Amino acid sequence: MRIDVNAFLGGYPFAKVPGTSPKDVLAAMDRAAIDEAWVTHLPGLFWRDPPAGNAWLYDTCREFPRLHPVAAVHPGLANWSDVLREAVARDAPAIRCDPCYCALAPSGPEMVALATAAGAAGRPLLLAVRLEDTRQRHPNDVTPELPAAAVRALIRSGPAVRLVVTHADRGFIEEVHFGSTPDEARRIWWDISWIWGPPEEHLATLLRTIGPERFVFGTGQPLRLPEAAVAKLDLLDVSPEQRAAIESKNAAAARGGQR
Amino acid sequence: MLIDVHAHFFPERSPRSDWRAYNASRLRAGERIGITLHVTSTLGTFGFTSPTYFPSPDDVVYGNDFTIALQREHAARIRGYACVNPNYQDHARAEIARGRSAGLIGVKLAASRRADDPLLDAICDTARHHGLPILQHIWQGRRRDWPGQEASDGAELCRLAARHPQVSFILAHVAGGGDWRHTLAVVPAHANVYLDLSGSGVDSGMLEACLAAAGTERLLWGSDITMDTGWAKLRYLKHILSPADFELVAWKNAARIFPPGSFPSD
Repeated sequence: MRIDVNAFLGGYPFAKVPGTSPKDVLAAMDRAAIDEAWVTHLPGLFWRDPPAGNAWLYDTCREFPRLHPVAAVHPGLANWSDVLREAVARDAPAIRCDPCYCALAPSGPEMVALATAAGAAGRPLLLAVRLEDTRQRHPNDVTPELPAAAVRALIRSGPAVRLVVTHADRGFIEEVHFGSTPDEARRIWWDISWIWGPPEEHLATLLRTIGPERFVFGTGQPLRLPEAAVAKLDLLDVSPEQRAAIESKNAAAARGGQR
Repeated sequence: MLIDVHAHFFPERSPRSDWRAYNASRLRAGERIGITLHVTSTLGTFGFTSPTYFPSPDDVVYGNDFTIALQREHAARIRGYACVNPNYQDHARAEIARGRSAGLIGVKLAASRRADDPLLDAICDTARHHGLPILQHIWQGRRRDWPGQEASDGAELCRLAARHPQVSFILAHVAGGGDWRHTLAVVPAHANVYLDLSGSGVDSGMLEACLAAAGTERLLWGSDITMDTGWAKLRYLKHILSPADFELVAWKNAARIFPPGSFPSD
């Protein structure tokens, strides 16, 4: 079983990206032997009202049961708690808010309120550090990357808060993990999409220093080839149990065991 | 057969105390991926006693000595480029000749001088004399100067390539940062410029765009410092290319531009 917690549907505003339709993403999942994916409505991340993409996302995921909706919530909009309630009712494995794309303070009161409410509702809050390599971004794509300090602040905002952080590299992960108490660190999961394999061996190092239970399989598709995340795992020397944890079991723990 | 045209191994005199583990990791991952030959370059001391992209003459010699020793120690697995700093013209040309006589199979230009600078002409003439391709470090779509290097972009390399049509140029790490679309807009007209697919980038659509810009006969597979993303691109290429075209990218194009006899199957 392999679950991709970091997948998108729909077009990207800053570049022509092929394969963004649900059927294309499912074909890519078949190619990379990915059974299920947590999917975000990609264009909605850039809208003033990101939750406006949720209805389409819910309909699409109902049509394609291998896809699970990661609903967008904007805690700066007055109806955000209704949006969260609907996400829970729709069995979303996680809700997401990318504060920098919403021009919200990454660890400001709105984000703290959202993280706390999501935790109380039994859902992890999913955030991306970045979507693209800074060096290649469109000249007008000047949104800051999510700061590590924000992740540390959000995880400290309540004991029920759980976070899934995607597109983080080794330095970011180490800074947050070792800048958190063991209890806080146990409530954060990191996707492997942006962590380097050999010869730098960042992923192998993190699995040794932080532990495999903190990592989940994620690709960033269709912006990125899903083969990269699979190749990282194929280059690791880990036990079948550890690999299964990264590929699916940790994702189940992150979503709180609810199915 | 699989040739990685963009590899690096670290020498003892470098900032990396884990250089032995790093090198072992590359060889181990190469076994798993199925890499037949790593073609490596050593950029001086990688910043230990002179800057990585501006290596001193002494460090150039040290680095090339390390590459030559690696190639001898791992004759079945490693080939090397002679890395030179074109600001030291006579030294650079002598290092190319020395490297070639010691069995190195290409020239590596890092970022010590802009690619279209006239100082590079003599380097290209020397490479042509020895029948060696030139691997040029490239920043895809450079819009400003970056610290620590005098980086060039694809357009600047293509200007050099137009002046030296008999030399094969390997445009480094098209997936290694910057806007690869900027590069792909300029390469179609330059038949002696080959795209090295290495780099950490695995953007969807990038490989198809490289194929459209340069065709299967001008793509070279490589990994640089992220072998996982290199393997991912290799897997995807196998999905989108015919077996014959895949072999071109995996090794046959490389075998064509490096000196005859560089690889076992030549």
